Amino acid sequence: MLKQTGVPSADDLKRVSPSEERLALGPVAIIECFQKIPCNPCATSCPQGAIKPFVDINDLPDFDPALCNGCAICVANCPGLAIFVVDERYSEDTALIKLPYEFAPLPEVGAMVGVLNRGGQQIALGKIVRVQNPPRFDRTAVVHVEVPKCWAREVRFLALGANKR
Amino acid sequence: MERFNICIIGGGPAGLRAAIAAGSAGAGVLLIDENDRLGGQLIKQTHMFFGSEKQDAGTRGIDIAEQLVNKVQGMTNVKVYLRCAALGLYDDKVLTVLHETKYRKIRAEKFIVATGASERMLAFPGNDLPGVYGAGAVQTLMNVYGIVPGQRVLMIGAGNIGLIVSYQLLQAGVEVVAILEGSPYIGGYLVHASKVRRAGVPILTSHTIMQAIGTNAVQAAEICALDSHWARLPGSEKTLEVDTICLAVGLSPLSDLLWQAQCRLTYIAELGGHVAWRDANLCTSEPHIYIAGDVAGVEEASSAMVEGELAGLAAAKSLGLARVDVDTAMSQAREQLIALRAGPVGEKIRTGLALAQMREDEQHA
Repeated sequence: MLKQTGVPSADDLKRVSPSEERLALGPVAIIECFQKIPCNPCATSCPQGAIKPFVDINDLPDFDPALCNGCAICVANCPGLAIFVVDERYSEDTALIKLPYEFAPLPEVGAMVGVLNRGGQQIALGKIVRVQNPPRFDRTAVVHVEVPKCWAREVRFLALGANKR
Repeated sequence: MERFNICIIGGGPAGLRAAIAAGSAGAGVLLIDENDRLGGQLIKQTHMFFGSEKQDAGTRGIDIAEQLVNKVQGMTNVKVYLRCAALGLYDDKVLTVLHETKYRKIRAEKFIVATGASERMLAFPGNDLPGVYGAGAVQTLMNVYGIVPGQRVLMIGAGNIGLIVSYQLLQAGVEVVAILEGSPYIGGYLVHASKVRRAGVPILTSHTIMQAIGTNAVQAAEICALDSHWARLPGSEKTLEVDTICLAVGLSPLSDLLWQAQCRLTYIAELGGHVAWRDANLCTSEPHIYIAGDVAGVEEASSAMVEGELAGLAAAKSLGLARVDVDTAMSQAREQLIALRAGPVGEKIRTGLALAQMREDEQHA
């Protein structure tokens, strides 16, 4: 249970997951934010208007996946590092995950790294495809990692130290 | 004796914002801090802040500190004394301080006490061994001085500080063996918990430390699970090999100066301990003393900054020094505080504040 372990349950995830139809269309944000805390940078940073302005600063994000193009600006702006972009149309058998990453050194493009699930267990290897770290992302890099498609909904982090090899 | 309109004690987020608010109203301000530099806890907070854009949400604490300090240093009517510790605050509006090696007296018409909070200790055998740290000390060592406290850390407490410092330890390349939390639930923001969890750090709720083991320094920690009555579960004891035990078990308001100045104080568990009674503008039972930030009740830095602004504006207004828009600015600050505290995570603060707030008929004219 999320409040006991920090790992969201299948039910929690169901509530924030875009529809199968939307996931099949390509890159889309998945906002894994389950607790009402006073925080709204996701909404103020979204250039697509896909995350609606908050009425109450404590609201959960009100997200319209139909308007999201998976740009990942919210991924770098979320203070909770709770947003991921998943592209299940990336290739025949792989998906692309864009995840927030604040560890040095940043992984190198082309490297194969261990990829972890929400519980911190390594479940596969992924290939680093791109690392976005522009000044406007303010030191929260967005790492694009290609993973086997079957793990697209599980992979949420990279093995620390994997990039040191 | 030096004289100022307003003297602010403590240069953290609340004190800095109070100095900016009072200074921009035209008050002659003195801001004192016992440390070598301004910023308080902000100077080690490398994470992005929550809140809304009005409280610099999305900006890292270290960058907020820099912005606020630059602003204060650019104000000619705000003077700053560093390495300056407040000693006593008296009825005749005199504050005595130890400024570097000099004992001084400072007279001001109004004082804003923004002294923050101190870390709580936990009682267990071996807690005096080298290698047992407060989380704040670990954060200072790492993020201010670039020194890691050890290589394998056990964190005690899954509130925001325990979770954030664990994350920062990982960023510094240190292994966090586990985070223990005595209560059955994680107390900090769940997004902080999820980000350390997916980096592989187990969070063990209903667990506590029994003892630190080691001869000259920490070599291990014995932990156990707790039942629903917080009693040890027999047979659940485990020994973890660690060289550092980091305590993040809460903060208590640093209200000593307010006690000494004879402000009316009351113990409110929800606010972290003894806090001063205050009116809606953060003025205490002593009309020349205001409070802001963690000393007024332990909560997030975003609220501390808004409280600082409110106290700074209110103190200036009480001296007739206010800007034309002071009433609007004050009501906006009060609205921001209400909004920040409105959600479920603000419930404890709301309960505590209801007990600490003077009724309308008790407020200063």
